[in-house]
Amino acid sequence: MEKYLYIALFAPLVSSLFSALFTAKEKKLFTGIIGSSLIIVSFLASSVLLTHILKTGEPIHVEMMTWMATGNLYIPFGFLVDQVSVTMMMVVTLVSSVVHVYAIGYMHHDKGFNRFFSWLSAFVFSMMILVMSDNYAGLFIGWEGVGLCSWGLIGFWFHKESASWAANEAFIMNRIADLGMLIGLFLIYWHTGTLQYDGAFEAFHTLDNTTLTWIGIFLFIGAMGKSAQFPLHTWLADAMEGPTPVSALIHAATMVTAGVYLVIRSNELYTLIPDVGLFIASLGTFVALFAASMALVNRDMKRIIAYSTLSQLGYMFAAAGLGAYWVALFHLMAHAFFKALLFLGAGNVMHAMDDELDPFKMGGLKKVMKGTWIMMTLASLALAGIFPFAGFFSKDTILEAAFADHHMVIYGVLLFTAGLTAFYSFRLVALIFHGEERYKIFGIHPHEAYRFMLIAMSPLLFLAVIAGIFQAPFFEMVEEVLSAHEYHIHSHVTVWVMMIGTQLFVGLAILYAYKKYARNGIEVPDGTSAIENSFMYKLLYNQYYIPYAYEEYIVKPYREISKVFWTEIDMKIVDATVDGIAGIIYNTGEKTRAMQSGNLSTMLKWMVAGTVALLALAVIFGIAARNSDEVASLLSVIGVM
Amino acid sequence: MFEAIAFYLFAFLTIAMFYITVTTKQALYALTALAAGMIFISAFYFILGADFLGAVQIIVYTGAVMALYAFGMMFFDTTRGVKEKQGNKFIVVGLASLAAILVVVIVAAPMASENIIALNPVVDGVGNTQAIGMVLFTKYLIPFEVAAVMLLVAMVAGIVLAGKKMDLSLTLMSGAEIADIKKQKNKKVLS
Amino acid sequence: MMEIGLNHYLILSTILFAIGLVGVMRRKNLLLLFFATEILLNAVNIAFAAISHYYGDLTGQMFAFFVMAIAASEVAVGLGLLIVWFKRHGNIDLDFMTSMRG
Repeated sequence: MEKYLYIALFAPLVSSLFSALFTAKEKKLFTGIIGSSLIIVSFLASSVLLTHILKTGEPIHVEMMTWMATGNLYIPFGFLVDQVSVTMMMVVTLVSSVVHVYAIGYMHHDKGFNRFFSWLSAFVFSMMILVMSDNYAGLFIGWEGVGLCSWGLIGFWFHKESASWAANEAFIMNRIADLGMLIGLFLIYWHTGTLQYDGAFEAFHTLDNTTLTWIGIFLFIGAMGKSAQFPLHTWLADAMEGPTPVSALIHAATMVTAGVYLVIRSNELYTLIPDVGLFIASLGTFVALFAASMALVNRDMKRIIAYSTLSQLGYMFAAAGLGAYWVALFHLMAHAFFKALLFLGAGNVMHAMDDELDPFKMGGLKKVMKGTWIMMTLASLALAGIFPFAGFFSKDTILEAAFADHHMVIYGVLLFTAGLTAFYSFRLVALIFHGEERYKIFGIHPHEAYRFMLIAMSPLLFLAVIAGIFQAPFFEMVEEVLSAHEYHIHSHVTVWVMMIGTQLFVGLAILYAYKKYARNGIEVPDGTSAIENSFMYKLLYNQYYIPYAYEEYIVKPYREISKVFWTEIDMKIVDATVDGIAGIIYNTGEKTRAMQSGNLSTMLKWMVAGTVALLALAVIFGIAARNSDEVASLLSVIGVM
Repeated sequence: MFEAIAFYLFAFLTIAMFYITVTTKQALYALTALAAGMIFISAFYFILGADFLGAVQIIVYTGAVMALYAFGMMFFDTTRGVKEKQGNKFIVVGLASLAAILVVVIVAAPMASENIIALNPVVDGVGNTQAIGMVLFTKYLIPFEVAAVMLLVAMVAGIVLAGKKMDLSLTLMSGAEIADIKKQKNKKVLS
Repeated sequence: MMEIGLNHYLILSTILFAIGLVGVMRRKNLLLLFFATEILLNAVNIAFAAISHYYGDLTGQMFAFFVMAIAASEVAVGLGLLIVWFKRHGNIDLDFMTSMRG
């Protein structure tokens, strides 16, 4: 069984290194094919591991080698495949395989084809390390690795100024959060003496509440950065500068869920500090509403989907914060499927529309792109939580958990957000695929994507539709690892009322969206209509002016301070000191150069003078050593006497 | 008493000779004074009972080294006097004296401790040459051989550096060829 | 008329060594500089022989012997080099030998 673990872990690495050999060359198709094949191999190995876990329920724990063994610190390269990590592995490898095959078609004309696959496989490898590691240090390595690969992939078209800016923003925000995570790791090591999951979790029960609270807070700060919770959320929308397969893989299914994974993995910690859990849940709920509100008016197709991701991450954190860890994990899994599908469909649309992103400039595409239309509609249905698609099972369970714990505010906000989610998803679908063909004004000639790309997307479609079936076996599987959240809703009637009420609410939102946006006669807004100038619209469209605030009040002052530091301190003090020392040495050399006149007589005189000096020293030290013991011991230490 | 007289006489002579060597402007005088000084130094060795050393001093230094210098002098223009650098006399003399005193102090310091053990003690009843022979060929054999090799190397180096027209080997050529070369040289000289 | 002791020889050696050093520092003609070097070596030899005599140890004389051997070979090589230099440059004046100027 262990060999499957290693295959699953290292196949993406092999793929990345192989593609990396060709980064400087023009596009070579086999890098994409071999890369995809290796990721599929990793997926198959993960499936074998999944069947093993399902059959026996025994986690596989290997220690590959020791990383650090210094003093009391012992950190191995160890890997653990238990129910939680095998779920993540399946999600990651499945979505990665689909994205790899899709990208062969999407990046068809790109010059950096080989480089793309190298980065993409490297990302998968880092993510696998993250989810398969059995200690916090390995998780952190994977954490940083996915951050790096995300930077490389967002800034893939690096000659575009906006893309490299977005990449830097993502990486820097992640790093700021990683500081919190590092402090959390340090605290864990300090108080428990180990970074291994099993050791730390056992030791947590002996620590006092304050320490645990701090650890929980700091770890969550790290999760905030990676999963783009408020206030570190601006990078996710800007990350859409990267190619669409990147958005599908990283910013929908895998990297941003790493934060959720961290919280789920540390569930033994968070169950001991329910107050922090409540804070996490509240923040998640807030983010869900916050992101959904911004998606309502946005005119960038990928950004709408990005905000949708952000919103669903809020749902996951809400579930995790409330203690329903298995629900969060299930929602993570289902979300990965339909969100990746949405992104890939958006990629098809972008390719067809010559990289146009404004849905108002599209319309009526269902006539030309039937396959993509069906996929995106079904994915949106799943996202909205309509029975019997996957989203219904996961989202509804979250709502039930909130209701059962009597967190009514959370329940209400999440319910409202579900309605908003349905609205903006179908606003997008309606604007793109229904109504009249507004793109004809702009002279665009759309066509459907390559057949193999559609075939590659089909597993995701299949899973998005049927994944709900897996809810019960999933619960059984992870029950052993994640403490089952016991919640009771008092009567069955309440459950049915809630369920049907939610469906009605969501259905109404969908119909309203269709009515508003699927009709003929929609004009491309150009900034003059009344709605566009209203306060709410402007607030939402500019993302509550938060990016502007960050730029004005954080980035600009920081830049000024940096400039001051550079000119005043670095150049004037540090550089001057270093140059001064060099100058002194240089001048000394210049002056003593006069000694070397080349005249033998002079040199002989200097030689005699030097000899006299050394001899005098010898005599003085000899006499001193004879008369005092300290000098004698000093000389013997030097090794002279 | 004789020892004291001999010592002071030779000491005075030696110092005078070496002083001339160091200060005179004529190269030939310097050479002559140096040779004389060497002889007087050998006198010291005889006074000290180091017979072998005294004999070696005369043979090697006065005989070989001075001869070498005399031959060397033939190359250089010794008719004109050498010009001396007008440096600061006091610095030079002062430095020199200081250096000398320090060297001797360091060399003589172990003697102040009064517990010196002779490494190769003198045995009575044996002449100095014989004693030196006994020590040289047993305890100092390797330095002796190495010194021999070094002298060989110095000899070869001297020949190579100073010799000219070393590409012809007169001993391996027949008489006719040597006559030929002489004719060539004469032709060149005459023309 | 004092009893000649080790100190007398050592003082003599000191004086000769100082004379030799003065010559080394003062002389501008390279050949005469070599002469001064010879004086240095001889002064040291006297010291060795004297100590050997007054302590009944033959080591001093051995050392002086080897110093002489080394001095002889040094003269041979030194003169050879001097001749080569003279052939190339035409004089052996120290003031003209400044190619090692740094």
